Amino acid sequence: MTTYFNEMYQGKSVRPPYARLEDWMKSMPAELRHMKQAEAEALFRRIGITFAVYGEGGDPDRLIPFDMFPRVFTSSEWSRLERGIKQRARALNAFLVDVYGRGEIIRAGRIPSRLVYQNAAYEKAVAGFRPPKGVYSHIVGIDLVRTGPDDFCVLEDNCRTPSGVSYMLENREIMMRMFPDLFRENRIQPVEQYPELLRRTFASVAPDKCDGEPTVVILTPGHFNSAYYEHSFLADLMGVELVEGQDLFVEGGFVWMRTTEGPRRVDVIYRRIDDAFIDPLCFRPDSMLGVPGLMDVYRSGGVTICSAPGAGVADDKAVYTFVPEMIRFYLGEEPILQNVPTWQCGKSDDLKYVLEHLAELVVKEVHGSGGYGMLVGPKSTKDQVEAFRARIIADPGNYIAQPTLALSTTPTFVAEGIAPRHVDLRPYCLVGERIELVPGGLTRVALTEGSLVVNSSQGGGVKDTWVLAE
Amino acid sequence: MLLTVDHVTRYRYDQPVRGVVQSHRLTPSVFDGQRVVSWSIVVSDASRGAQFRDGAGDALQSWTVKGPVSSVEVRVQGTVETHDLAGVLRGHRETVPPDAYLRDTPATAADLALRDLSAAAKGAEGPLAAAHALAAAVADAIAYRPGVTEARTTAAEALALGEGVCQDHAHALIAVARAAGLPARYVSGYLFADKTGTPHEAAHAWAEIHVSGLGWVGFDPANRCCPDARYIRLGSGFDAQDAAPIRGVARGPGHEALNVSVTVTETAAQAQSQQ
Repeated sequence: MTTYFNEMYQGKSVRPPYARLEDWMKSMPAELRHMKQAEAEALFRRIGITFAVYGEGGDPDRLIPFDMFPRVFTSSEWSRLERGIKQRARALNAFLVDVYGRGEIIRAGRIPSRLVYQNAAYEKAVAGFRPPKGVYSHIVGIDLVRTGPDDFCVLEDNCRTPSGVSYMLENREIMMRMFPDLFRENRIQPVEQYPELLRRTFASVAPDKCDGEPTVVILTPGHFNSAYYEHSFLADLMGVELVEGQDLFVEGGFVWMRTTEGPRRVDVIYRRIDDAFIDPLCFRPDSMLGVPGLMDVYRSGGVTICSAPGAGVADDKAVYTFVPEMIRFYLGEEPILQNVPTWQCGKSDDLKYVLEHLAELVVKEVHGSGGYGMLVGPKSTKDQVEAFRARIIADPGNYIAQPTLALSTTPTFVAEGIAPRHVDLRPYCLVGERIELVPGGLTRVALTEGSLVVNSSQGGGVKDTWVLAE
Repeated sequence: MLLTVDHVTRYRYDQPVRGVVQSHRLTPSVFDGQRVVSWSIVVSDASRGAQFRDGAGDALQSWTVKGPVSSVEVRVQGTVETHDLAGVLRGHRETVPPDAYLRDTPATAADLALRDLSAAAKGAEGPLAAAHALAAAVADAIAYRPGVTEARTTAAEALALGEGVCQDHAHALIAVARAAGLPARYVSGYLFADKTGTPHEAAHAWAEIHVSGLGWVGFDPANRCCPDARYIRLGSGFDAQDAAPIRGVARGPGHEALNVSVTVTETAAQAQSQQ
């Protein structure tokens, strides 16, 4: 029987970060709770925040359930997480600068060349180009799970355009409106400075050719995109223009924005469209979303694109295994946050272990996604395990295996009252001239009892995430 | 040789367009096999944009034409001194690692027939011999015949047809080389058609295969040879689209008509009697 770390209760005693929440919880009878829950939903609807997180698809107008019970970290828990997250963000960026430069880590034999240079996310078009301040990934979203008081594992890195940060901000906003007393009783570190830090991060990577205050824009694929709300929300909070490809054009080695007062030069573009679509003259010629000629301006130093084209090569499933190696290689440090141990069935020793422990492991297809072609050992019947065993033996190179992670739980409001539910965490690390991390992130919660799947498409919700002051 | 190029590309729009943006790879590569004596690119009514050299060593130049405009003319004129290096791209500076060219694109993906053809490399002694064997196999399998294929024809389709032009030969050679584990890429340039041989197409394309120890080596299956002093190299890419000398977008509903003329002539060296 697996034991799960409960972030609030250790036996009958309450862990310190949640000390003040027990009274609050008890002071809420079911009726009041239902009223508050309805109020929260009304607020979310009024704001219009209904988009799907992480490109999971599904109904874009569906509200993601918000759970009012906050998830809480102490400042010392957070400071270790913070060091680990920043360390990882630095290493990932060092890796990107390296593989588009001299490729030292590959020459040193620490990462196979094939994983990098034959990766679909490797962009030959930017080889040899060093973006301003040597930053490729300006917003690194790192998905973490907790398995014990001091044990955090990184599930995956998101180096391109991690979404969901608007939930972090909105969840806080709504909690403060509904429970002002809670925020007087607990000393909670703010997250509201995130948009300003984001703007400063972008301004700090403006190209050398920019003189004066940099003009920053957000480039969106348009209002049909599931994250359009987040694009306009962030543009609003940063005080920058939200543009589509057709609002921009290139001329004379620069990018310009059409405005009612005539063209205005753009220095930094926070793009929320994929590499393949940003410039039909460099990538997909049929793209209608991008700006023709943008990549030529970028590569000649006339504009900065965030995240830098090509950043995706650092957040690939196969490259993930090597992030601890990157930390040692570039920073000369030991990783503060651990990866989930991963067995490559293509290696004979690993395969032997996997076949012997199949009933305990999660086995995934290397290129699979969305839970297809996957075995969750502990939740499968003997027949299912045996059928999967045959598939692995037939094509071992196509499978990786990981231990079934014991995701921590936090108290969550459910129909029957309050019950523990499994959670994960996505903090958003900003990388520009400086590295910044606001104390918080997006906590996703699996609302179904016993479920370890936090995806909103499979019954997941979100929570406010608190980091207490010292 | 001293080769002089005159290359004119005309775009006509049946309705005036609001503007045109182009990205050019129209400047001869810098390597030991060629030296630019003179070179000019003129684009009608256009302003120059970004200019830089990319990681593959190609010189890129953007242009913007403000609308309304109903035709755009790109004229390239220049003279290049060339040397026969037996196809070896010696002295070329680039940062893209050869392994990056092991990746398939839709145009160069190997189907079963291309994989079978790549068996020509088996038993060859070393990668250079393998590359020669592959180039010969492609030349044997695809006969030169203009008009049967089009710009979007893939390597697999061209092999199935058994006919094609230099673009199809290059795509097929890239596909079989990659299938045999050799990095390969598409090269665009010019070719001087002399009196003795029968080379095809003055605006030309061929493939380069990376041979460890030698570096990139050009192979032109269309003419069953390696590029020599008759060739001028412009730029490279994964396939024809990626290596295109001109990529452009016109804003507006108008339909585009394209007209290209290329001549490559030999300029006699003006020998002076020395007494």
